[in-house]
Amino acid sequence: MTDYLNVSGRIFDIQKFSVHDGPGIRTIVFLKGCALRCKWCCNPESQKYEIQTMIQNGKEKTVGRDVTVREIIDIVKQDMPYYRRSGGGMTLSGGEMLCQSEFAYALLRCAKETAINTAVETTGFAPYEKIEKMLPYIDTVLMDIKHTDSAKHKAFTTQPNERILENAVKIAENANKLIIRVPVVPTFNDTETEIASIAEFASKLKGVNEINLLPYHNFGKDKYIGLGREYLMGELPSPTDEHMQKLKSVAERYGLKCKIGG
Amino acid sequence: MKKVYTADIPKTERIQKLIDDLYSGTPTIESTRAEIITESYKSTEGLPVYIRKSRAFRAIVEKLPVVIRDDELIVGCNSFARRGCQTFPEFSNKWLEDEFETVATRSADPFYISEETAAKLKEVHKYWQGRTTSELATSYMAPETLNAIEHNIFTTGNYFYNGIGHVSVDYDKVLKIGYKGIWAQAKAERDKCNVYDSDYNTRYYFLTSVMESCESAVIFAKRYSVAAREMASECTDIKRRDELLTIAEICDKVPANGAQSFHEACQSFWFIQLLIQTESSGHSISPGRFDQYMYPYYIKDLESGKITREQAQELIDCVWVKLNSLNKVRDLLSAEGFAGYSMFQNLIVGGQDINGLDATNDLSYMCISASMHVNLPQPSLSMRVWNGTPHDLMVKAAELTKTGIGLPAYYNDEIIIPALISRGLSLQDARDYCIIGCVEPQKGGKTDGWHDAAFFNMCRPMELVFSNGMDKGVQVGLKTGELSELDTYDKFFDAYKKQMDYTIKLMVNSDNAIDAAHAERCPLPFLSSMLDDCIKKGKSAQEGGAVYNFTGPQGFGIANVADALYAIDELVYKTKTVTLQQYSDALKNNFGMPYSDAYAKNLTVEVAKEITSKGYEITSEQIAEIFTQIKENNIDAAKKNEYKALYEKIKSLPKFGNDMDEVDLYGREAAYTYTKPVEKYTNPRGGIYHAGLYPVSANVPLGLQTGATPDGRLAGAPIADGVSPAAGSDVNGPTAAANSVAKLDHGIASNGTLFNMKFHPSALKGASGIEAFISLIRAFFDQKGMHMQFNVVSRETLRDAQLHPENYKNLVVRVAGYSALFTTLSRSLQDDIINRTEQGGF
Repeated sequence: MTDYLNVSGRIFDIQKFSVHDGPGIRTIVFLKGCALRCKWCCNPESQKYEIQTMIQNGKEKTVGRDVTVREIIDIVKQDMPYYRRSGGGMTLSGGEMLCQSEFAYALLRCAKETAINTAVETTGFAPYEKIEKMLPYIDTVLMDIKHTDSAKHKAFTTQPNERILENAVKIAENANKLIIRVPVVPTFNDTETEIASIAEFASKLKGVNEINLLPYHNFGKDKYIGLGREYLMGELPSPTDEHMQKLKSVAERYGLKCKIGG
Repeated sequence: MKKVYTADIPKTERIQKLIDDLYSGTPTIESTRAEIITESYKSTEGLPVYIRKSRAFRAIVEKLPVVIRDDELIVGCNSFARRGCQTFPEFSNKWLEDEFETVATRSADPFYISEETAAKLKEVHKYWQGRTTSELATSYMAPETLNAIEHNIFTTGNYFYNGIGHVSVDYDKVLKIGYKGIWAQAKAERDKCNVYDSDYNTRYYFLTSVMESCESAVIFAKRYSVAAREMASECTDIKRRDELLTIAEICDKVPANGAQSFHEACQSFWFIQLLIQTESSGHSISPGRFDQYMYPYYIKDLESGKITREQAQELIDCVWVKLNSLNKVRDLLSAEGFAGYSMFQNLIVGGQDINGLDATNDLSYMCISASMHVNLPQPSLSMRVWNGTPHDLMVKAAELTKTGIGLPAYYNDEIIIPALISRGLSLQDARDYCIIGCVEPQKGGKTDGWHDAAFFNMCRPMELVFSNGMDKGVQVGLKTGELSELDTYDKFFDAYKKQMDYTIKLMVNSDNAIDAAHAERCPLPFLSSMLDDCIKKGKSAQEGGAVYNFTGPQGFGIANVADALYAIDELVYKTKTVTLQQYSDALKNNFGMPYSDAYAKNLTVEVAKEITSKGYEITSEQIAEIFTQIKENNIDAAKKNEYKALYEKIKSLPKFGNDMDEVDLYGREAAYTYTKPVEKYTNPRGGIYHAGLYPVSANVPLGLQTGATPDGRLAGAPIADGVSPAAGSDVNGPTAAANSVAKLDHGIASNGTLFNMKFHPSALKGASGIEAFISLIRAFFDQKGMHMQFNVVSRETLRDAQLHPENYKNLVVRVAGYSALFTTLSRSLQDDIINRTEQGGF
């Protein structure tokens, strides 16, 4: 374990008391760097691996810092009493944790060896071997399936979806638990047909019985401005509750348990 | 396994009518009681004090107006006006006269007073000149104590101006045997008195006064019985007529006799509650374990088919409305310290029974439902939590928390029980604890806890370290050395501990003086009749008649002191960024920042006083100019920048409340500087002192009397509340804040700790929000935290309520150990609540 504790990586945030990304009360570790560039991404500062400067509330803020697994585990361990009571633990998010797969692997291993429940949020966009190695150390995989149409997927995320869909099948076969998540983004995938197609795909994955629909929001807008970038989603409104309920019932038609939000 | 009903019962129309009626009037001061007690006292000069007390009590219950309001099922009032209040000139009265002109318009808890009432009170107050407990208490205090009070190091004002209260009597006993039964107990003890006994003079007359007081309670109830029967005879509405006849029948039976039905038990309970608060002005008369002692009456009626759950719920709801009908006018400073017209009648559900089994029953759930139904601040609903607390009850409680009413407060059996045992309670008594007032644990029916004995502002002795014990040109604290002599952190901390030890001693002197004055002038026979072992000992509670006697003064400002000690160690001693002298200069100059209006006003008053005391005249224009100059704090620009630079450095340091050991451990030490010295002292009732760590709402007014502190708190700003982190400094979320707070030693603070947490409503959304919330409480308690309370209301809502109070008349928020209507709070207290860190909103 000592060797793994010394592995270092780059994160941009740690958030405690999160209740939407995996079971119970969780500490989320946000790893920096992602291979996708989703237009709606609410954490644009997570995308580049490089350490950046962002203006927030009029002040300059450095985004990204290099840390060792030991430092992270020490912080994650602080909330052990809450994990015990709620069935929570650590969630790796990003960015995309697969972009720092050695670091992520070390984090997951050390967490498991400390009896901490683990979850990851992932795009699944990486060579399968990288994911496969981690699976024994992950209790819950939260994986995005954003669209079943590769061209549209590429248009909105800069990457096609073939590898993602293939990986989803393999992960489903080997993961302890897999939950499919869909960011519901107007103009991209918010029609009943599109959600139905994703739900159908998800329902055929081995062992998968839950899907989460995450309504788009524009809370990340200020960050784009803070990074000197253009916010490509403009004034797009969030999907209404009513519409989300409709999509939920669509997903449920495929025998899936469906939650709105995480 | 017993079956527990957990389902909700809807609120009836009657309850809303009662609430609307109760809040239809303005709180009003009445003079009836003051006139009666004065007249009675004039006629009993020369008699033993106990007899004087019981005769006065008799006269009051015989002459108070009998008021039965429409739709009431539970009856009994001690004022004519809705939410009106009587006054208690025997404790103190001068402050009220001084405030006759302003009490109706002051920002904290205003009361209407008619010119006629004011004139009557003025007349009766003449008699009390030199006869009050407060005057006697002052005469018993050492000069250095009076000096420290004058300089706002601590305040013992609560018991100085008022009765003590802070008690949970043996409700169970009254419900079981009635006042006739208690009368017989006192009679039996009195029969044992021998004329040659050395304590005959106190024992015999005390027991006589207990018997007379028991008779008085019966007389009061009978008056209601008669009135209800009269009203029934004139009532044309058949349904109401039957209700009135039932009331008449019940008031004829209880509280004279033991209750035989749930309705009788509720009525008997209310008479006890009401009459205790008519005998004395002491607040925090706490019903305690209502779900336990009421249960036998409920289950018997339910099982025999005499009552439905719906009817029982309505009766509980009626009691809840009644608990909001009592009121008390306090002096301005106390009103600010206990803001929100609160009576702190703490009622607790759940927890363990005396044998360590879970005690949850139907009533535990129904009490929570009652608070949802009435949506009012009283009773201060609390809930005991232990490892065996049913999850269902936690969910039910969380649903109430979610309404934003600030109720219930959650208490941890797993730390409170051992803490009480460490203070001498038996295991069974400790398991049977309830909460008094805000957050103070005690065994009801056996304890005179003196729980709110003082507010001790832990920032003031810190100021004394910087001034070598001087305050406004007077030696108030010890001489702990010039700043240049404090050349190591240990020396600095040692100086602080010395100032704390010394001022704590003065506080003890003050409390003991007040304690002695109450024993001498205001023993309370009626209250004592319901506290073990007063009858057996033949001694009033005020003279040490209770089984357990404590004095529990409160320290607060731990987060400020923790952050201050850390900052000083870091900047002065470890990194040598500034000298202690430079630090001191910055504090004296408020870090170069302008002063708040309120603080500048206080300083202006002092400057003006000084000028006039030297015989100079001063015009209002000059005063205005002084005010502006002080407020702007125009000092040399270079100095200003230097101070501001220090301020920024302090602000960037880690703060208590973020689960960082390096600073949190200073918090632990800071708390010990108060809790450890306090437990060394004893009180005149034969009991010990033990510390609490909570401020009620006094952190705001007492903050106004405190200059800038080394943690970067500006002059006049509120002190951190309870054991919570300083407002806005806990930025790592609720788990980190809770972990920091759990690092304090709660077990030693056996008089209670108070941890406030504020959540945005979104944090409790949905089942997962509720589950996370419950886990948060459970996990904080796993780490031996003692208490947690929550405000679940968005900042936007509170801001809007400040702008449009008319739209938020029913907005109840958590203040300190209690809830209050937000719009009744003073602006500065409102601001303090808004500024507390808000968690959640993911």
